[in-house]
Amino acid sequence: MQGSPFEGIKVLEFCWAGVGPFSLNNLAYYGAEVIKIETALRPDITRTGAPYKDNIPGLERSAYFAWTHPVKKYDITLNLNHPRGIEIAKRLVARADVVGESFTTGKMEKFGLSYEDLKKIKADIIMFRTCAHGKTGPLSAQPSTGFSLTTLSGFNSMCSWPDRPSSPVSAPYTDFIAPLFGGLALVAALDYRRRTGKGQCIDLSQHEAVMNFATPIMLDYDVNQRELTSMGNQCAYAAPHGPYRCKGEDRWCAIAVFTDGEWDRFCNVIGNPAWTKDQKFGTLLSRVKNRHELDALVEEWTINFNTEEVMVMMQAAGVPAGVVSNAQDLFEDPQLRHYHHFHELDHPAMGTCGFYQGPGFRLSEADYEVNRPPLLGEHNEYVYTKILGISDDDFVKWMQDGVFE
Amino acid sequence: MLSCYRVLDLTNERGFICGRALSDLGADVIKIERPGGDPARSIGPYYRDTVHPEKSLYWFAFNGNKRSITLDIERADGQEILKKLVKTADVLIESFEPGYMDTQGLGYSVLSQINPMMVMTSISSFGQKGPYREYKASEIVLWALSGMMYMVGDPDRPPLLSSYPHAYLFGAMQGAIGTVVALYQREMIGRAQQVDASALMSLAWATGPEVQATWELFRQIFKREGRMRLRTGTGVRTPILWRCKDGDVGFFMLLGVNFVKANAALVEWIESDGMDSGIMGNLDWKKVGWDEITEDVACQINAILTKFFSRHTKQELHEGAIKRGIQIVPALTAKETREFPQLAARGYWVEIEHPELETTVTYPGGFVKSTEMTCGIRRRAPLIGEHNEEIYKKELGLSAEELMVLKQSGII
Repeated sequence: MQGSPFEGIKVLEFCWAGVGPFSLNNLAYYGAEVIKIETALRPDITRTGAPYKDNIPGLERSAYFAWTHPVKKYDITLNLNHPRGIEIAKRLVARADVVGESFTTGKMEKFGLSYEDLKKIKADIIMFRTCAHGKTGPLSAQPSTGFSLTTLSGFNSMCSWPDRPSSPVSAPYTDFIAPLFGGLALVAALDYRRRTGKGQCIDLSQHEAVMNFATPIMLDYDVNQRELTSMGNQCAYAAPHGPYRCKGEDRWCAIAVFTDGEWDRFCNVIGNPAWTKDQKFGTLLSRVKNRHELDALVEEWTINFNTEEVMVMMQAAGVPAGVVSNAQDLFEDPQLRHYHHFHELDHPAMGTCGFYQGPGFRLSEADYEVNRPPLLGEHNEYVYTKILGISDDDFVKWMQDGVFE
Repeated sequence: MLSCYRVLDLTNERGFICGRALSDLGADVIKIERPGGDPARSIGPYYRDTVHPEKSLYWFAFNGNKRSITLDIERADGQEILKKLVKTADVLIESFEPGYMDTQGLGYSVLSQINPMMVMTSISSFGQKGPYREYKASEIVLWALSGMMYMVGDPDRPPLLSSYPHAYLFGAMQGAIGTVVALYQREMIGRAQQVDASALMSLAWATGPEVQATWELFRQIFKREGRMRLRTGTGVRTPILWRCKDGDVGFFMLLGVNFVKANAALVEWIESDGMDSGIMGNLDWKKVGWDEITEDVACQINAILTKFFSRHTKQELHEGAIKRGIQIVPALTAKETREFPQLAARGYWVEIEHPELETTVTYPGGFVKSTEMTCGIRRRAPLIGEHNEEIYKKELGLSAEELMVLKQSGII
């Protein structure tokens, strides 16, 4: 291991909710110094959202905020509606490499912290801006969350039984897609600046970014005027294909049999019962055609085993299969454990939680770092007096003036 | 932004979007296909429903901008050519089964000796190591193991798969981020490194804080509830999707200081529509949180909203919501997405020429807007081996005779 790639890079996080922090976390995982600017007057919406530790609301008790900030960040409170607050923000900009913001469009301009303003303070600044619809256009200032964007972008309509209305993915799903593009653009911008000395402004419209995940759907419409069809759990070129009920309550194992070879091995695993020799299941086409009958027969077998047993037996024979993991399974999954995917961290208000995660990749020469989430204004004194060199007298006076609220 | 970099792309559908995203930022990405064409060219949908390796829309979608050469890397001559290409490459991306490159004598230990500055990014279902290393995956297997599947669908039916396969995109995009981090670091440490990106890890993260924290904090399992969603930490449920006159709208009612105005505006809207706002008219939005709302009150709110939404079209609701700063949004179809005014206003859609099809195809635009470049698609995905001559002759300096021999023996 060779140390942290972004050591020495300084980031200001004027972000709340998910996509901004998730994008910037890519820098924090690898050693960048991130200062998160909050205000006690209007806390980050993830601080005021459930689930809370012991179900008791509190700004330090939301798992939403904790989960979103599994990295080392200095957290300061700064009142940007106070003229001195803006002045201090600008002093922070002067020493920053990256300024991220995910406020409603127009806020940064109102504070005098537009890209043009920032460039005057730091010529090669990288400004990363994100909101649902982008910083221009008629909807630029429209408030949004990952929940609404997941519906707007069509991701909530992708899971559906043919005979029922669609089932949404039970998460603000696009909040986990947009930062993949945001993070990539940010890292690329830093690399570009390293080579050219040039900063830039990046505008991540979350809607635009996540539609890059759905390009085949958009091309199918453009060329064939077709909309996505509901497939339930079916696959046009595989059978058996689906989650099959296993022993226990609401336990399932996904199995997918594509080729004749996989079918033969599948039959071996389940002990070659007589029905597997039926011509109805002799070819892929006939298996697909008779899939409902096949599904029922498969389930007569899977119901006798635990889902893990089914997965292991199938995989040992080279048949694609996987536990339909619930939350508990995720934390106990042997592969995720092998990669140390989940980290347990202590936090003064949250206690010990094991849901902290790093990136979805590993580097051979650099370790990522996780850290417990910061408390609101936890590093005020350090950042204001040590990093910015504000005198103790001024610090106390300005605090009384409400600058650090 | 990345136009100084050359990327060798040996991925299949598990990794396509990695090279595509790097190329959107300017990288020169060379897709290396097996002679005869990449098997993923058989993935539908197809141009005018014609099944043909040059008409896969899936291929178009995730291989735009790339150049294509054909090469059989399982044969000695093919491996020698790949090693020559490695000399001038900054990145090699692959998404074979873990260990495949090693068995071909093309593992990182070999390639890094040829070019120690070349980042090697491996994208796989589960990662390059661990107990699932040899496991076979597919869309449904990843959707299942990641925890996504369990929480989607109706309680009276099995967990539900997405009708649009996209699980692999998560791992491939994480691979793209890791690649550029490694490119950044190579200047500091004087050599490149390996990136090991896993679709499972990337998608498991996307189950999100509620699913994970409900287990970690309360040892409770987040269940699939159709269109309803449990308000975490309470016993009440509200829908995420609602039926209106011509489809679905999304409204996930949020309470708390940040949503006082929006919720008050919604009540006013319901009343101005000639409806009784019922219990909603009596709630103090400044004070009330989901933890204080009883099941009975939640049911009343759901009933009022169900009725209100059913009286209007998607567009009416969206326009009304925009005016009032409420987050009610239409579930857009592909057609409606294409017509969505905000995307049009930002010049999102990009028309790309496909001369062989004598047409243009409209693609989603770049994933970011940058003051330094135009991110996104610039040219259609390559034909099979379209750039063989250009790359093998002009760039690698192979002679016409050598090229002929390699072609005849099926190596390119």
